[in-house]
Amino acid sequence: MTTTAALDAGERTARKNDPGAAPRKRRSGRLRRIALPYLLLFPAILLELLVHLVPMVIGVVVSFKELTQFYIRDWGTAPWAGFDNYAMSLDFDAPVGEALLKSFLTTCLFTVVSVGLCWMLGVAAAVFMQESFRGRGFLRTIFLVPYALPVYAAVITWSFMFQRDNGLVNHVLHDQLGLTASPPFWLIGDNSFIALLVVSVWKGWPFAFLIIMAGLQNIPRDVYEAAALDGAGVWQQVRRITLPALRPVNQVLVLVLFLWTFNDFNTPFVLFGKAAPEAADLISIHIYQSSFQTWNFGTGSAMSVLLLLFLLVVTGVYLWLTSRGRKATDA
Amino acid sequence: MPDPAVRRPRSPMAAPRSFLWSRRVFLTLLTVFVLLPVYVMISSSLKPLEDVSGKFEWLPSGLTVRPYFDIWETVPLADYFVNSLIVAGAATLCSVTIAVFAAYAVSRYSFRGKRVFTVTVLSTQMFPGILFLLPLFLIYVNIGNATGIALFGSRGGLILTYLTFSLPFSIWMLIGYFDSVPRDLDEAAKVDGCGPLGALFRVIVPAAIPGIVAVAVYAFMTAWGEVLFASVMTNETTRTLAVGLQGYATQNDVYWNQVMAASLVVSLPVVAGFLLLQRYLVTGLTAGAVK
Repeated sequence: MTTTAALDAGERTARKNDPGAAPRKRRSGRLRRIALPYLLLFPAILLELLVHLVPMVIGVVVSFKELTQFYIRDWGTAPWAGFDNYAMSLDFDAPVGEALLKSFLTTCLFTVVSVGLCWMLGVAAAVFMQESFRGRGFLRTIFLVPYALPVYAAVITWSFMFQRDNGLVNHVLHDQLGLTASPPFWLIGDNSFIALLVVSVWKGWPFAFLIIMAGLQNIPRDVYEAAALDGAGVWQQVRRITLPALRPVNQVLVLVLFLWTFNDFNTPFVLFGKAAPEAADLISIHIYQSSFQTWNFGTGSAMSVLLLLFLLVVTGVYLWLTSRGRKATDA
Repeated sequence: MPDPAVRRPRSPMAAPRSFLWSRRVFLTLLTVFVLLPVYVMISSSLKPLEDVSGKFEWLPSGLTVRPYFDIWETVPLADYFVNSLIVAGAATLCSVTIAVFAAYAVSRYSFRGKRVFTVTVLSTQMFPGILFLLPLFLIYVNIGNATGIALFGSRGGLILTYLTFSLPFSIWMLIGYFDSVPRDLDEAAKVDGCGPLGALFRVIVPAAIPGIVAVAVYAFMTAWGEVLFASVMTNETTRTLAVGLQGYATQNDVYWNQVMAASLVVSLPVVAGFLLLQRYLVTGLTAGAVK
């Protein structure tokens, strides 16, 4: 980029000092005008290629290889495995495939519940905060804190709260409310699913809130005034005007929340450490463990590719369904 | 962000009592839920070790600031802090610079492949990090073997990785901001003898400073909080806070008061930055989704 800047400066002085050279300069100027946007994009394209697109291609290639720790230094020499890695990942009767299927189903359930709760909290908070009241700006700032905190700092705090013997959750549930016969474990066993869900919702709902708040600003005020003149109460206005008007915002928001939650690695990784309990074994963690603990990159890559295909299909079907639905209501 | 309440005067119909009460109850409960971990973090960081090892108590038996001194001794937190600052700072600087150039091209020029570029860049956002992790690991190891440039385990490799994480969204946000700067301004600058880059840096960038600040905060937060790649691609000397903070939690004795103090200390830079600049960031974050 510095060279273009230097060229520019050079050309400018040349143009000033030597008016006779103008026609030649203009021709090279046109060439540069065509090349310039590509030149400007070059660093971005180069990096995207290096860190995202090339690895993706390599990931697909590796998924067809028998890549174990012996070949990592020179992965090109690893023997081809054909579809063995895929067959192993998808053989649901064998241990590897069975564990993958279980992790996949856990992730699906986790994602549906988490996205649903994030969305509901976001809508409710945004609707309640649509009208001005004292302390509204302050409250909005507070609600953004989970979004602003670094994931690991927030999740470590939650893991402290979920400790069996010295955590806040058991202190409240067992000691103060007496709801359980003995203090339960939250970070191992079946309860870990609930713990993961609570942390995930706590961390994820502010984003839904932000986007919906912005979406609400686009609803013209007259619509509410007209509805009020017609005798619609506040609750009816929310149900008949606010929620339907949010539909286009929801289309993007739900998709983004879905992808983030489904791919979430950070929350379970920090909450449980390297060994996630079975009840909370999300797919990202599962692939990470089966790749880096056994150093079997071939199978890990096959699983990643399957995950990507699943996400592409879901995204495609989702966009197709929601766009069609929207067109139908428009017509 | 202009406060929407200013533009929207009071409801034409006074809200019924049921609405007001639901609002009060709901928002109170939500505030408690949101602030509970913040309270635990702050109060526990000021407790003596006996308090956090035994049963949880809402109030400390005595206040102490010892944890804030001990955190630097128990693990080399200062080193992690420096590593995180270098990595996040460099990634932010590069990411913003590259995004400014790319967004300028998309916003001000028409060229073949423009749509392909924007769609491809944005769609990389949706792919799971785990998908890149294994191949990128292989690429960095092999580049290291072939050229001697250590990307794996070094800060350079992490910087390179992180800057591409924030790049797509940064470009997207900046296109929006650049589009909102009137074209007449940079046309006029060009007539006055500015080159294309002169117009960018003398006219567009100064006019889009809020957007650039927002993008910088976003890029910094992304790099500061990333865990997956940090856990694989760092070693003893290049470890960042994201991994280092778990040093307190994996030892036999967990010094929870120190963990909380350290969490608070490492959160302060980003939370303060975010809350100070939230107006810009929120506008940028939401602009694309709502359009």
